[in-house]
Amino acid sequence: MSKTAKNSINDCVIKLATVNGTGSASANALLTKTILRLGIPVTGKNFFPSNIQGLPTWYEIRISKDGYDARSGQVDIMVAMNAQTYAQDRDEVSPGGYLLYDSTWPRDNVLSRNDITLLGIPLARMCNEVFAGARECVLMKNMAYVGALAALLDIDMKAIEEVVQERFGKKEELIASNLRAIRLGHDFAVENFQCPLPVRTRPMDKAADLMMIDGNTAAALGCVYAGAAFAAWYPITPSTSLMDAFAKFCGKYRTDPDTGKNRFCIVQAEDELAAIGMALGASWNGVRAFSATSGPGISLMSELLGFAYYAEVPVVLFDVQRVGPSTGLPTRTQQGDLLACAYASHGDTRHVLLFPANPTECFYLAVKAFDLAERLQTPVIVVSDLDIGMNDWTCPKLAWHEDYRPDRGKILSVEELEDLETFYRYHDKDGDGICYRTYPGVHPKGAYFARGSGHNEYGAYTEDPAEYQKLLDRLRQKWETAAGLVPEPIIKRKRGATSGVIALGSSDCAVTEMLDKLDEPMDYMRIRGFPFDARVEKFIDSHERVFVVEQNRDAQLKSLLTLELNVNKRKLISILHYDGFPITPDHVLDGINEVGDMPEEGSAA
Amino acid sequence: MSYITKPRLSYSGRKRNKLGLAMRDYEGGMSTLCAGCGHDSITAALIQAFFELNIPPERVVKLSGIGCSSKTPAYFLNASHGINAVHGRMPALATGANAANRDLYYIGVSGDGDSLSIGLGQFGHAIRRNLNMLYIIENNGVYGLTKGQFSASADKGSKAKTGEINAQPPIDPVLMALSLGGAFVARSFSGDKQQLVPLIKAGLMHQGFALLDVISPCVTFNDHDGSTKSYVYTREHFHETIHTDFVLAADEITVEYDEGEVVPVDLHDGSHILLRKVAPDYEPKDRGNAISYIQHHQEKGEIVTGLLYLDEQAGDLHTTSNTIDQPLNELSYDKLCPGADALEEIFEAYR
Repeated sequence: MSKTAKNSINDCVIKLATVNGTGSASANALLTKTILRLGIPVTGKNFFPSNIQGLPTWYEIRISKDGYDARSGQVDIMVAMNAQTYAQDRDEVSPGGYLLYDSTWPRDNVLSRNDITLLGIPLARMCNEVFAGARECVLMKNMAYVGALAALLDIDMKAIEEVVQERFGKKEELIASNLRAIRLGHDFAVENFQCPLPVRTRPMDKAADLMMIDGNTAAALGCVYAGAAFAAWYPITPSTSLMDAFAKFCGKYRTDPDTGKNRFCIVQAEDELAAIGMALGASWNGVRAFSATSGPGISLMSELLGFAYYAEVPVVLFDVQRVGPSTGLPTRTQQGDLLACAYASHGDTRHVLLFPANPTECFYLAVKAFDLAERLQTPVIVVSDLDIGMNDWTCPKLAWHEDYRPDRGKILSVEELEDLETFYRYHDKDGDGICYRTYPGVHPKGAYFARGSGHNEYGAYTEDPAEYQKLLDRLRQKWETAAGLVPEPIIKRKRGATSGVIALGSSDCAVTEMLDKLDEPMDYMRIRGFPFDARVEKFIDSHERVFVVEQNRDAQLKSLLTLELNVNKRKLISILHYDGFPITPDHVLDGINEVGDMPEEGSAA
Repeated sequence: MSYITKPRLSYSGRKRNKLGLAMRDYEGGMSTLCAGCGHDSITAALIQAFFELNIPPERVVKLSGIGCSSKTPAYFLNASHGINAVHGRMPALATGANAANRDLYYIGVSGDGDSLSIGLGQFGHAIRRNLNMLYIIENNGVYGLTKGQFSASADKGSKAKTGEINAQPPIDPVLMALSLGGAFVARSFSGDKQQLVPLIKAGLMHQGFALLDVISPCVTFNDHDGSTKSYVYTREHFHETIHTDFVLAADEITVEYDEGEVVPVDLHDGSHILLRKVAPDYEPKDRGNAISYIQHHQEKGEIVTGLLYLDEQAGDLHTTSNTIDQPLNELSYDKLCPGADALEEIFEAYR
């Protein structure tokens, strides 16, 4: 996108600055959904405060014909609906851009930039003249700016009307008043401005198979399809919506038609300590179970995660990362829990991690997480973040293979137990570090004690040094088995590349877009699992220098790479982003260009 | 959780229960607790109760946290699954396990440190949820494994072995359970097997959370003069308010009793609990009365015991969660996966 963004079709950013609790979210969703319906790839990102009502909030809609999902860092059209942030919003508009504001009241301060175009619309006045109640006026003001934007961006009003009708269904009055407000804004814009703007939309055919979904909803859907029937959680932003979605889908698809009873159980626990404990109890007892949390919850769950590692109890946990600790910036994104998740708990513990980069992967990797957890009999943490979890992404249609069957791992049936002389829970019969487990209630021969404390391969308590060390060594062997089972990294090579870039999770969209802008050829590896696949080390070894892009201050991914692999640390150059907003392609590009032709000390390895 | 394998003794000619199992089949490993520990008496009472209830051992799940009490699940029911969780978190594990399979018997063994200090929150919330389990607190007022610190159940003025006097008021699990809506609240003494065994049976068969607080003296760190959790002190201050008899569904009620003196309660499986009033002024189905009675007697230094409150009608976690009758872990995958068509429908909704 050009810096001035003066002429562009289906390539712009509209930022909506509003006050939270005023109903702007549904107006913004309407606009975004309509654009998607017109076949144009579009994403929506929330920049919201930790607050319920009355504070500034922003929604950033990126229309991208190329399908880029990252935050672009540009603002072509700012809709400044919040007097409190006018000055800041005005300053954020990219040169050549537009600022749409409510001109009901004089706004001298908005006039102080001459490199942008001001579009004043008396939204409040127009709505006050037409609508009666105070609340209705506030809500309809939002709809009116949607109408104005439709005129300015050349969005077909019929498409908007269709979405409004779908949304309100049989509520004729609501449809009428919303459409009236939209029309108000639209007509004012047409009469007073030159519509459409040079920055505009045009219907495409690139979104017919795209859906707009956030990562938490997609992850919840993955849990439903994986067959998870128990979930325990404690409310925490930004993971709460994952459990909300799970409850919603279960309510719809998991109610027994004959009895009206639930084929699932969700417990809102008293804290995260209990949430993970409950999930472990259920999983130990043969149900696919999970919990969802964010950084503070990971801290609290650590002890039981270590227990699960040693007692070898499968469980799936979603960490939707945010900025921490304590309240931190609970509504801002970060990749700050990588080390905390990898080594959660005391003693020698390491956990299997999966890194989805978008909602699509949240769905598929959620299913994979259950298969891996039960195959490996250990916790698997799906490490997402607020950007993926709570923002609206356009993703390819999710597909489901009816022949999928859950991999429940090594579980002995009644018949197998019957044939067995004696069952030993922690005996490595197959030599892959993974032992056989049994469910309670099945057979008296299957009984064993799950304990985190010292136990030998027969499942008995031990403090014997040799027996205990044998257990630790087997768990390490299981870890090596895990490295071959986690999703492989995705490597994209370019001819002639001598440098590489590594990223994971939500950094992917920024890196992908950056690579299209970059002059020099560069290979890209996106990591999707931990323990690291053998290809990760090879990738680093085969490049002169490797940029490691991540969204935290302390280069946690780089630390993990150097701790776990035998690689030359000096080859690894960090590009870090940690202000709480999603990383942009330009940030990565600047990071690479800054290094430029610096002497490559580390390339001798 | 340490134990020594028990020598295989011959029980020929000994009694067998209706499953054809001997008492031996309900035993566990040899205890490694101190000789004379109250906890071992409770273990023995548990073995007897399970044996007499004819419960198949594999249908039982034993859970515990950390502490001397939490070691004991290794000393009974060798043929049952067990989880020895982390300190204070047994209720959470029990909640999940129970949610996964509602058809098994769940017994949690905890202590006063595990339940009333580090695990107070989980203990309270398990009561609130009316989790269907028997929850035993082996209560000795002291931290044994770390050698003699006061626990949260130690009475004010009680003397430690070191001579230190406890300055803080105790947390009483019985009063706590009553105030949190507990539907089965009982207290007993490890030294009174006659009282203990029927209470264990009633608690196991009760549909919901059954709290059984058992004063279980610590012979090593809290059995001296000046301790209010010693054998001598407990025997002297023991005050049985309600005597409980448990009658299996298959058996007839043979005890003769006068109306008004005994309150019979029918359980979901057809078995019966008979509550015989030892104290005529006590009403075991009146929560407010129970609380004030217990408090009043506590002020006099008396330990009120028996099945102190019972409400057989309160729905458990599965009732409030509206889960299906079949255990969740028995649902086949096709009952859980909405299928490709549903995903198509979802796709349309997200466009």
